[in-house]
Amino acid sequence: MSRRPARPRRASAADDPDVWNLRLYIAGQTPKSARAISNLRKICEEHLAGRYLIEVIDLLKEPQLARGDQIFAIPTLVRRLPHPIKKIIGDLSNSERVLVGLDLRPAPRTRR
Amino acid sequence: MKQRSGRHVGIAKAPTGVSGLDEITAGGLPAGRPTLICGGAGSGKTLLGMSIILNGVVKFREPGVIMTFEENVEELTQNVRSLGLDVAGLMAKDKLAIDYVHIDRSEIEETGEYDLEALFVRIEHAVKSVRAKRVMLDTVESLFGSLPNESVLRAELRRLFRWLKDRGLTTIITAERGSGTLTRHGLEEYVSDAVIMLDHRVQEQISTRRLRVVKYRGSEHGTNEYPFLISERGISVEPITAVGLQHQASRQRISSGISQLDEMLGGKGYFAGSSILITGTAGTGKTSMAAHFAQATARRGERCLYFVFEESASQITRNMASIGIGFDAHVRSGRLSLQAARPTHFGLEEHLAAMRRLIDEYRPAAVVVDPLSNLMSAGNPHEVTVMLLRLVDLLKSRGITAVFTSLTPAGMAEDQTELGVSSLMDTWVVLSMGEVEGERRRYLYILKSRGMAHSQQRREYTLGTQGVRLLDFRPPAAAASVSANGNPQGRSAVATARRARR
Repeated sequence: MSRRPARPRRASAADDPDVWNLRLYIAGQTPKSARAISNLRKICEEHLAGRYLIEVIDLLKEPQLARGDQIFAIPTLVRRLPHPIKKIIGDLSNSERVLVGLDLRPAPRTRR
Repeated sequence: MKQRSGRHVGIAKAPTGVSGLDEITAGGLPAGRPTLICGGAGSGKTLLGMSIILNGVVKFREPGVIMTFEENVEELTQNVRSLGLDVAGLMAKDKLAIDYVHIDRSEIEETGEYDLEALFVRIEHAVKSVRAKRVMLDTVESLFGSLPNESVLRAELRRLFRWLKDRGLTTIITAERGSGTLTRHGLEEYVSDAVIMLDHRVQEQISTRRLRVVKYRGSEHGTNEYPFLISERGISVEPITAVGLQHQASRQRISSGISQLDEMLGGKGYFAGSSILITGTAGTGKTSMAAHFAQATARRGERCLYFVFEESASQITRNMASIGIGFDAHVRSGRLSLQAARPTHFGLEEHLAAMRRLIDEYRPAAVVVDPLSNLMSAGNPHEVTVMLLRLVDLLKSRGITAVFTSLTPAGMAEDQTELGVSSLMDTWVVLSMGEVEGERRRYLYILKSRGMAHSQQRREYTLGTQGVRLLDFRPPAAAASVSANGNPQGRSAVATARRARR
C-alpha cells in the first residue's frame, strides 16, 4: 500500500481550508486495517465528496510517525484539518459514531 | 529449547546497580523478563525504575528505553536531576530513548475493533533506535483511565508483556498499589516473574520508605522489608550487611566512663568506633555502666545519642542521678540526647530507619542502645539479628562507638545472648550477681575485647551514690593457689581504689 492511495484531485488540496485532511494509521495489512480503509472511503464519499484527503500511514514502514500524532491504537483515524485535532480509534465500523467523532453530525443527546 | 527448561536452575540476572538491591535479589532483576514495581503514590516507583534503567546504561552498557505514560520527558529529566542522573546527555549519545505516550481522552472517539499495535510499534522503534536491553513502562496502567474498553486493554497488555519477554528485554513495569491487591488493576496477574513492592509511610513524623521483594520466580531473594532511601547520592536499599566490613578500624581509645574498667581494658578503655556489649541478669547495673559511658562522652565534649527502650527519659535521668550521674546538664548543653521509645510500637525496620535518621541528624560520636534485648519483642529472632547486624554496620561505617546492653534471662548461661549478636561485638562485658556470706554481690569480667590485652579478672563492683566502683581484685580463696592468672599483676592504679562496701 502506498502512503497516499487517495491522491488529491487538486495539487493545492492540502492547503485548502475547505478540504478535510484525514490520516489513517495502520500497521501492516490486517483485516482490521482493510475494513477501516474501506469504511473510511465510504463515509468520505457519502459526506465529504470532493473535499477530503486521506493519507494512509503504515507504521510498520514508518514507525517514527506514531510518536508525532500520539498514536497508540491501530487503526487510528486522525482529523488533522479542520482544527481541532480529532482521533477515532477502531475499524470505523459504526459510521454513526465516526460522523459524530469527526463533528460531521452533532452528538446524540444521550451522549455527553 | 533445552536452555529454556534449565532457566529455573540459575536464572540470568540484570544488575540494578542500586546499592543494596542487587544483594537482596541475589544479583538483580530477572534478565530478559518483566519485573513489576508497585507502590503507593510518592513511594518512589518511577525513581527506582529510572535508576535501574540509567544504571543499566552507565554501569552495565545496556541501553534503555523509557515509555512514560504520565510524565513527559522534561518532567522525568527534572525528577532525576536531583539524583545526579543526566538523562539529556544519555539521550544525546543514543544510549537512552524516552517516548512520552500521551493520551488525551477528550479528543478520542472509539468505534469498532482496534488493538494497541501502535504502542508495540513505538516501543520497538525506540528499542531499535538505541539497541536497548532494558525497557521501563511507567505507568502503563494509566491506560485504564484512557481507554474505555477494558477487555481489549487487558488482552493487549497480556500480549505486550509476552512480546517484551519474547524479545528478551529486561522490563520494568510500574504500577500503583491497589487496596488489598498489589496493583490497582491487577497487573500482577500478567507479570509473574518478579514483583517488588515499595512502601512510604509517615509515622511519628518520621517518613520511612521500604522495599520488599514480594516474589521472584526461580531465584532466592531476601523477604524482609528493607529501608529504601532516596538521597542526593541516589537511591539505595540500606544498610546491607555485605558491605559492612570495609570500615576503618580506629586505634584511638576512649573511656568507658569507669576508670577501673578502663584499666582492665588494656589501661585505655574501648576502641573508638567499636561496638561494646554489656550483658547481665536483672539488676546487675547494665544501664549504670552504659550511663557512665554516655556521661564520659559528653564530658569530653562529644555528642552521645542514648536510645532508651525500657524507661522514659525522665525516669532514666532520675535513676542515674541517684548514682551521681547527672544527665540533665548534658542534655541542656546538647551533648546528650535521650530517645525513649517502646520497640513494640514500631516494626523493626521502622525502628532501624528511625534510629538511622536520628543518627544522621544528631551526628553523635557515641550511641547507647539500652537494652538491645527489648528489640526482641519487635520481631522474630532472625529478623532482629539481621537488623542488629545492619545497625552495627551502620555505626561502624561512621566510626561511632556503640554500647549495647542486653538482659541475660534467669537460667541462661551468662556467656550467652538471646540474640546471638556477640560475634558482632568487639568488646563484651559480662555482669553477674552472686551470693556470698548472705550478701548479694555484683561481679564483672571482660569476656572478650578484640585487639587489646584485656584483664582476665573477675572483679567485684558496687553501685553507690558515686556510681559503679570496682573493688580490688581478690583471687577466690579456693582458686588462688592453682590459678596462674589469679595474680593481681601489680595493678597499682586499681589497688588504690578503696573498698567501699556499704
